[in-house]
Amino acid sequence: MTLPPDIKAPELQQLQDSTEFASEVAEGRLVTEQMLLNVGPQHPATHGVFRLLATIDGERIVRAEPVVGYMHRGYEKLVEQRDYRQITNLISRMDWLSGINNELPLALALEKLMEIEVPERAQYLRVILAEMNRILNHLMFFQSFSAELGALTPTFYAFREREDIQYAMESVTGGRMHFGFFRPGGLKEDVPKGFLAAALKSVRQVIERLPDYEDLLTGNEIFKQRTINVGGLTKEAAYSYGVSGPIARGSDIDMDVRRDEPYLVYDQFDFEVCSAPHGDCFDRFWVLVHEVVESAKIVEQAIQALPPGPVMGKVPRVVEAPKGEVYVRTENPLGELGLYLISDGEKRPYRIKIRTPSYSNVSAIPHVLENTFVADMIAILGSFFFVLGDVDR
Amino acid sequence: MDIALTDWQILLVKVLVILVVVPVGALVGGYVLHKEMAHMQHRLGPMYAGGWHGWAQTLADGIKFAYKEDIIPASADRAVFSMAPAMIFVPVLMTYLVIPMDRSLIVEDLNVGLFYLLAIGSVGAIGVLMAGWSSANKYALIGALRSAGQLIAYELPIVLSAAAVAMLAGTLSVVQIVEAQDWPFILWPPGIGLALFMLFIVGAIAEMALPPFDMPVAESELITGPFTEYTGMRFIFGFFFAETAHMIAFAAIAATLFLGGYKPIVPWSPLEVIPGIVWFFVKTSFMVFLLLWIRFSFPRLREDQLQKFAWKFLIPVSLLLILATGAWILYV
Repeated sequence: MTLPPDIKAPELQQLQDSTEFASEVAEGRLVTEQMLLNVGPQHPATHGVFRLLATIDGERIVRAEPVVGYMHRGYEKLVEQRDYRQITNLISRMDWLSGINNELPLALALEKLMEIEVPERAQYLRVILAEMNRILNHLMFFQSFSAELGALTPTFYAFREREDIQYAMESVTGGRMHFGFFRPGGLKEDVPKGFLAAALKSVRQVIERLPDYEDLLTGNEIFKQRTINVGGLTKEAAYSYGVSGPIARGSDIDMDVRRDEPYLVYDQFDFEVCSAPHGDCFDRFWVLVHEVVESAKIVEQAIQALPPGPVMGKVPRVVEAPKGEVYVRTENPLGELGLYLISDGEKRPYRIKIRTPSYSNVSAIPHVLENTFVADMIAILGSFFFVLGDVDR
Repeated sequence: MDIALTDWQILLVKVLVILVVVPVGALVGGYVLHKEMAHMQHRLGPMYAGGWHGWAQTLADGIKFAYKEDIIPASADRAVFSMAPAMIFVPVLMTYLVIPMDRSLIVEDLNVGLFYLLAIGSVGAIGVLMAGWSSANKYALIGALRSAGQLIAYELPIVLSAAAVAMLAGTLSVVQIVEAQDWPFILWPPGIGLALFMLFIVGAIAEMALPPFDMPVAESELITGPFTEYTGMRFIFGFFFAETAHMIAFAAIAATLFLGGYKPIVPWSPLEVIPGIVWFFVKTSFMVFLLLWIRFSFPRLREDQLQKFAWKFLIPVSLLLILATGAWILYV
């Protein structure tokens, strides 16, 4: 799947029509009145309890102000009261679509602090599980985006694909959302028989079926009309808001922690970091779909290169991090996740600060929403892939 | 036994039949909608209610809605709010009065039948506007205004393509339009008929606010648009029943105007053995299937894009098609 070159306008432009309209308003020929529209916290487009205070003029959004915090569960405080085993399961619940990817930075941080060597097989299996989780996450956003734009059929196609991957992951971890499978030093246990074949099959199936999606959604004229040149986020704005992940890459920022600062064994694999130049909804979506292909490539390579051996390093019976501090960054499906851990040598951390990708990404939304239509707001919210649990923690 | 019925009594019986047939048709339509959507999306759809393939599901849904509390928001305009569903549903019922299911199976063959159809079909928009305005809800208001704008834009392509059909048939009576179709208008005149048919379908989808032109109710943006505040039976009649019945009505109208209604699809005598009502139902079902197929295949357009599409493309094209039809009648 390649980015079609012919459908791109040379530069970003937001709503040339509404500016024509605006001149009429400015000259006093048309008197309008602004109205405050409260979107959320319960609204189908916000997938969660996200609230947006939009000031609208007709169907045009003049200002938009996001209100977050409806789902604040105080995880950063809670983890100070729990030991490290328990924290794994708490952190897994922050971003409920990518549990494995949340557990990873904690395991990495502890291993760094305690100087544990992780066996190679465990590292490869971590990559496989993390990438499968990334595909799950991206398919979820594929479905929610298409549902928000009113295309109901691709929604269920994505769920069909998710089901096979989820089944394979369930056979390893026993969970469908909150896996709780990574331990400092390795994995809870080795994968069961038949998992590798099932994983390979489920991932290949996604790739085989991508042309269907192309026909139904990305190649659809209405879809292009709704997303191309809509909700433009410039490279500079993306940098200044600290946007990361597929959204940043959709704005021509070529950045991926997996490649730039490889952790685990990501430097062993051959994969591309996709980025698109225009920063509109279509580009963000295109990056997301393309990343599914790259993740599938990584899973295939990792399965083929999987070495034998143990899956757990030498870890003391009681996990006690020595005094010190450590910062780990990983590439979460939604962007860069940073975990800053301070330990005072106890069984529980002194403080954990987590930089979640969705929080920074959401902060760019009001900037993008200005001077768009109400219908565009839905496309933009859908293309800013965020998970509310990840925003509020 | 000799039963003599006055004209009024006959009319009453016919109207009662319509009052029974249309809601039942809407129920069946709702079931078909569920099943077609399910099969397109690799799902099963309702499977349990009633036994065989969940045939009673829409019935169960209807009963469930009858038990729901009927809520009228405190700040709503009560009279207008409670009247709006009727304003939407009754015109839809009234369209069925002039659709011929067979040569004589029609409530009233008006000599301005086609005109009546188009006129009554657009009255429902007033109901939608009433619902949106009286709900005292901003989402409902946006939905209602979109709906009104959409109606004005899409009434024209429908009327113009129907006008071309009237030109071809030389009459406004719906029965005589069917009689004029030796070959259905979709096939003959070649090209023009097909283009008119497509224009009519696009306009009909937009007027009914079905996807991909369902911006007035766009569930991911406006919850349910003008019907956001409605509950229970008012919701069912104003929204679900009206939508399904409207869809079937337009399918029947399209079958009548373009597919030859109750006549066989091609003028070949062995096909005339099949009764007209069967032809009519086959064609209407095909149209319903087509409308649902389109509905589940496309994403939703944006309101301004829809207006542009209507005024800058569809209306000029329909005017050109009227010219072409006129030329065809004059010179061919």
